[in-house]
Amino acid sequence: MAVRELKITPIKNGTVIDHIGNGLALEVLRIIGIQNLDRDSTVSVVLHVRSNKLGWKDIVKVENMELSPRKVNAIALVTPTATISIIRDFKVREKRPVDLPDRILGVLRCPNPNCISNQAEPIESEFEVTQRRPVVLTCAFCDRQVDDFRQHLA
Amino acid sequence: MSLHGRDLISIRDLSLEEIEEVLAASRKMIPYAEGSKVTHPLADKIVAMAFFEPSTRTRLSFEAAVQRLGGTCITIADASVTSMRKGESLHDSIRMLSSYADAIVIRHPNEGSARLAARASDRPVINAGDGAGQHPTQTLLDLATMHEAFETLRGLRVVLLGDLKYGRTVHSLAHALTLFGCELVLCAPPSLGLPDEYRSRLEHLGGKLTVEPDLGRAIRDADVLYVTRIQKERFGDEAEYRKVAGSYRVDATVLKEAKPRLAVMHPLPRAGEIAPEVDETPHALYFRQAFLAVPVRMALLDAIVGGAKKGG
Repeated sequence: MAVRELKITPIKNGTVIDHIGNGLALEVLRIIGIQNLDRDSTVSVVLHVRSNKLGWKDIVKVENMELSPRKVNAIALVTPTATISIIRDFKVREKRPVDLPDRILGVLRCPNPNCISNQAEPIESEFEVTQRRPVVLTCAFCDRQVDDFRQHLA
Repeated sequence: MSLHGRDLISIRDLSLEEIEEVLAASRKMIPYAEGSKVTHPLADKIVAMAFFEPSTRTRLSFEAAVQRLGGTCITIADASVTSMRKGESLHDSIRMLSSYADAIVIRHPNEGSARLAARASDRPVINAGDGAGQHPTQTLLDLATMHEAFETLRGLRVVLLGDLKYGRTVHSLAHALTLFGCELVLCAPPSLGLPDEYRSRLEHLGGKLTVEPDLGRAIRDADVLYVTRIQKERFGDEAEYRKVAGSYRVDATVLKEAKPRLAVMHPLPRAGEIAPEVDETPHALYFRQAFLAVPVRMALLDAIVGGAKKGG
């Protein structure tokens, strides 16, 4: 009897997020916001895959979507090892590691509930990257430092 | 001075040299602050006092400073009578104010509000306290008081006593004292110690920190005892407040252990942390400290507002 196998098929257009830290794929999906995707797009999630670089990793493939810089920044905070490949017409058109800019706008909420950025003001949250390994961010308004990003994603 | 047209939001906005310049200028302002000499560099200037949180000495000393310099104040002293009550954002309130005045002095209950105000305003903004955040002009007048008493700040041994967790004055002060190479002794109830975040920042700057919860031992070789009030309004939980309120008190008995020249300072108002009997001893510097608020704020206003627009 032939063994039926369900493979993750290549995508024609879209984004592959590889080298996601083991167990963090669902966080990445939350950042991408799969509920907002085109209904005809396939989303593939691969958990716990062997990786030479990381030991174990997760992978997410999303059809018909390219990530905004803001989402890339959020992914970089949650899993800085991730790489992003843009696929067009089945070919990898661009491949790059996620990279944190010096300033991060609108991605996180300040953990200080009394910070002016958490009040009804016409401003976005803003953090400076004050340390890169490990990443520490400092609120540009109230100076509060954040090193646990998952809890504070906007 | 290089502060012309600049915002002053945090003491970290100033370099060591700039702090020294402010201290020198403050000293020269003393006779003008006392009224024995007259100077009017702000004669055609309006300074807006945007006080969205109650304040007595900070607002009055700023207003006195503006008036001693010949300037005029427009004042919001009670946020409940402003358009903010109608839902206007701080951003819009400040933008409006900056079109009426040459500079804005702001106090607000939210941390980071002064930074937001500086972005909303095209005139210089001076932070007069943002929640539990920064209060740079208080730090400058604290430094001016120590400088007047000891002729130098370098190498002083300073005990910071009381609420080191929520007290905004100590956070800014500890930073500035570290720049001057002072030795800091932290003396606080266990639940009100200096937050790790601030400690590691000070250590990163090369700060010399010691923790000594026993007040008698802490002051033994100290030059300055900086006392803070445990602020009820910063506690979410009244039970936690009651547990620590009154857990330390500076009186004549405690001061027997101190050097004769120990300077006792307090940003005021006090709430029983310093016994009235200390007022008459040579240790008491807190009323002098309160007076120096005027010449220090005059020096700052003169440097920041005296003539230039922001970035000028």
